[in-house]
Amino acid sequence: MKADPGLYDFARFADRPRDPWPGGKRVAVWVAPNLEFYEIDPPAHPQRRSWTKPHPDVVGYSHRDHANRVSHWRMADAMTRHGFPGSVSLSVALCQHHPEVVADARQRGWEFFSHGIYNTRYAYGMSADQERAIIADSIRTVREATGQTIRGWLAPALTHTENTLDLIAEAGLDYTCDLYHDDRPLPVRTTTGDLVSIPYSLEVNDHYGFFIYNMSPRDYARALIDQYERLAAEGGTVMCIPLHAYLIGQPHRIAAFETVLAHIAADGRAWIARAGDIADAYRNPSAAGGGR
Amino acid sequence: MTLDPAYLDYPRRRHGYDHDLYPWSALHERAPVVWPGGKTVAIWVVVSLEWFPLVPSDTPFRAPGHMATAYPDYRHYTAREYGTRVGVGRFLDAFAAAGIKASFATNAAIAERYPELVADIVVRGHEIVAHSTDMNGTIATGLAEADERDLIARALDTLERITGTRPRGWLSIARSQSWATVDLLKAAGVDYCCDWVNDELPWRFANGLANLPLNHELSDRQVIGTCQASAASYAEQITDAFDWLAGEKGGRLLPIHLTPYISALPYRIGAIERLLADLAQRPQAWFATGSEILDSWTRQKSGKNVA
Repeated sequence: MKADPGLYDFARFADRPRDPWPGGKRVAVWVAPNLEFYEIDPPAHPQRRSWTKPHPDVVGYSHRDHANRVSHWRMADAMTRHGFPGSVSLSVALCQHHPEVVADARQRGWEFFSHGIYNTRYAYGMSADQERAIIADSIRTVREATGQTIRGWLAPALTHTENTLDLIAEAGLDYTCDLYHDDRPLPVRTTTGDLVSIPYSLEVNDHYGFFIYNMSPRDYARALIDQYERLAAEGGTVMCIPLHAYLIGQPHRIAAFETVLAHIAADGRAWIARAGDIADAYRNPSAAGGGR
Repeated sequence: MTLDPAYLDYPRRRHGYDHDLYPWSALHERAPVVWPGGKTVAIWVVVSLEWFPLVPSDTPFRAPGHMATAYPDYRHYTAREYGTRVGVGRFLDAFAAAGIKASFATNAAIAERYPELVADIVVRGHEIVAHSTDMNGTIATGLAEADERDLIARALDTLERITGTRPRGWLSIARSQSWATVDLLKAAGVDYCCDWVNDELPWRFANGLANLPLNHELSDRQVIGTCQASAASYAEQITDAFDWLAGEKGGRLLPIHLTPYISALPYRIGAIERLLADLAQRPQAWFATGSEILDSWTRQKSGKNVA
């Protein structure tokens, strides 16, 4: 085990160039809906419980099921109305269980990256070959379901091994959403390939907003607008809005959230993009019109 | 350490769910539902009536809101009883003022101990939904099936004996079920349970039992108790939910799950009264009991018009 993950060098935000985004925009905004499938009776993992109750955990399971019956479409329609494509953090087994949800996202022009097979299967303790297997499964499954070749990874339920980032780069993926150390895309040191970190977010994730900080819907909307205003003012930044339809798509939350999308869309400083677009613009700023 | 290779086997990775309890269905693809009178939002107010024995049981788990200190926990016992003695009366008055009917999810012990309370609830036209025996009557995998069957029967039989009507609905404590619950409720003659929170319309399990989703996210226990919002914020959130649902195409179900010892406190009840009075005058709102909602939905599903 290492005391420092060794994935990047320390460099102060203030000391680094902050290129504008395409079109001279100040902040790249991307929305990351987590389209997930949680198993009702997953096998036990030695280091993490899936559910707090004995199976079936009726509230835990059926709350998440709300996404795939009701709230995915409510959330997705709000995004589409305001011109926000999704970059989907996908439990790839959703391609088997509910291909209807995956097809809806594909038809909206959303990008897919892998969030593991299920959000109830954890990577802790996997051998390199086991982790290679879930990466290959992810690539194959999403390609068969959508025609897209995934480029990114957000570890299933945020469970990692020391090998994870090397292995996704080895498989040809070129961005990770697993690191929270900066407001800019940054290269990640791997032994195997070219990997860039695209800032995702814990703090303004709806899961944190509603499950950790217990915010009201309107408080969460204010937090997102404050986050946006600050990052737009600083410039050269990335703002991610990670979502779970079973949270943000509830009827008491969606209207407040829509005010956030309307605010950002109308502001003029936002480059509304997908994760892969941000990775491309970071790697090739002149082609993206940013200029380095 | 390496994980067991079987951890990468996915035997239920297939179209639809990884269980056979109920089929998948997307709300927006279903035929629109219209509630009686052409209303579009059925508002289902559910009140939990709970008796917490002073000696709590942890088998299979301790109910939310149960005793928390060393014995005897007079603090929590009496604070819960305040809801049953004082708070529920405020709810009954508020419902009468707004002219609405509600479902009361009632422990059998409440009916045995306080028959005058349940008689008043029934006389006022509200529905009694079975809510286990008392707050030690929790259900989860680990409870022996014979014991669970007996618990369900005792709750239903007691409520039937005291109120004169066998409850058609069932709410498990903490909405917690075992693998057997759906079949045991069906076998006991229950028409619907309220435990699965995955939808905004009624639906049926494969065995024919109906589920009315009693969204825990819209309960006072979640919003006020867990998230620690004010009663004013709770009322605002429910109003926002109503406004959203009233704007969607097709009928919807808005559950409002209230707890006397939480939102019938003197400093909170005013916000609840104002919320109900506001919603009661909305043209899209149909306040109804669980049984009324289930019956209307069932008639429409079978092709018979309700209007």
